Amino acid sequence: MEGLSPWVIFFASIFTGNILLVYFLGMCSFLSVSKQVKTSLGLGLAVIFVLTITSALNYLVYYYILEPLNIEYLRFIAFIIVIASAVQLLEMIIERFSEPLYLNLGIFLPLITVNCAILGVSLFMVIRQYTFIQSVLFGAGSGIGWMLAILAMAGIRQRINEDRIPPALRGPGIALVISGIMAMAFIGFSGIVQIQ
Amino acid sequence: MPSPKAIDVIKDDLWKNNPVTVQILGICSTLAVTNIFLNTLIMSLGLTFVTAFSSLTVSVMRNIIPLRVRMMVQTLIIASYVVIVDIALKAYVPDISKALGPYVGLIITNCIIMGRLEAFASSNKPSLAFLDGVMSGVGYSYVLLVIAFFRELLGFGSILGYQVMDPLMRAIGASEGWVQWAFMIMAPGGFFMLALFIWVSNNLAIAKVSHSQK
Repeated sequence: MEGLSPWVIFFASIFTGNILLVYFLGMCSFLSVSKQVKTSLGLGLAVIFVLTITSALNYLVYYYILEPLNIEYLRFIAFIIVIASAVQLLEMIIERFSEPLYLNLGIFLPLITVNCAILGVSLFMVIRQYTFIQSVLFGAGSGIGWMLAILAMAGIRQRINEDRIPPALRGPGIALVISGIMAMAFIGFSGIVQIQ
Repeated sequence: MPSPKAIDVIKDDLWKNNPVTVQILGICSTLAVTNIFLNTLIMSLGLTFVTAFSSLTVSVMRNIIPLRVRMMVQTLIIASYVVIVDIALKAYVPDISKALGPYVGLIITNCIIMGRLEAFASSNKPSLAFLDGVMSGVGYSYVLLVIAFFRELLGFGSILGYQVMDPLMRAIGASEGWVQWAFMIMAPGGFFMLALFIWVSNNLAIAKVSHSQK
């Protein structure tokens, strides 16, 4: 992965390798929070923020602590601790410095610890052997891709609320059908760049 | 709160409150690994193991875990079991472990486990919590396995890696054999299959309710 430009990875993680629509990460909050555009925007911003920071932190933890000590198998535990504490720290910092930001973003932060996209990005970063810059841009790109997907979803769901949907499909069922169609649309991007 | 009966726990987890179709939990990993049946089977076994034993552990420790750091302790318990699963897979089925990639690690953030720990294990006795863990795992697994079965059958034309659709199509006279549905292997196939499963199971549930009202 040395040769790949970080910006290629950045754009690829937004479109061709969308963390949500291609790798299915972060589905839980995607389905449960995507009922309104405003809350989706807040959660999306929080995810971008946390993903960028945790991918940088986890890169450092993995390559400067776990690898030299030969304890890579503890990466799950190390990553989840880093993520949980980073989220906690962010919550405290935001609360201290910006009241309006805290009111908009703060409530979503605890939700993020258990968002699989965050841990997933860190694990992908290790498996694909990204460099530091690549990892940070991969994190940021994945966050933006996730926000894009949840915003589109929330927009669609707000509109179909009044439509007549078969009762058994209402709620999560129809949301999954919409995500399927969105995933098909995103496959259209896949000719542009390919990362694996 | 009276402790629930074992039989109710089983019924609840398998059908009435199925983690995937009713509570819509933990589908991150549901979809990603379901295009090959064998991978799904291994993943389900891993998940059931982790759910069962972390439920047991949390239930045993439920009175000594401080309330403030509860989530963190639970996450660490789950993560420790996932490490065990990961190492075991690497040692015994290295190919599948590679194919599953990061999704084994993502069992940690699978909301089903956290959900069961919060909702059940932290307020019930160990034996029941263990049963609940196993049953939630099974309830999750069979939905996954049904989806994986159809995705592999349509996507690759095979069952557990053995070609079935191709010979079948030739036998009934289609000269070009089975045309693989590449769509089923890719992401949208997973979304649509799960949507279909939820649709069918909700329909059954609705039909049952309206039947009993008559």
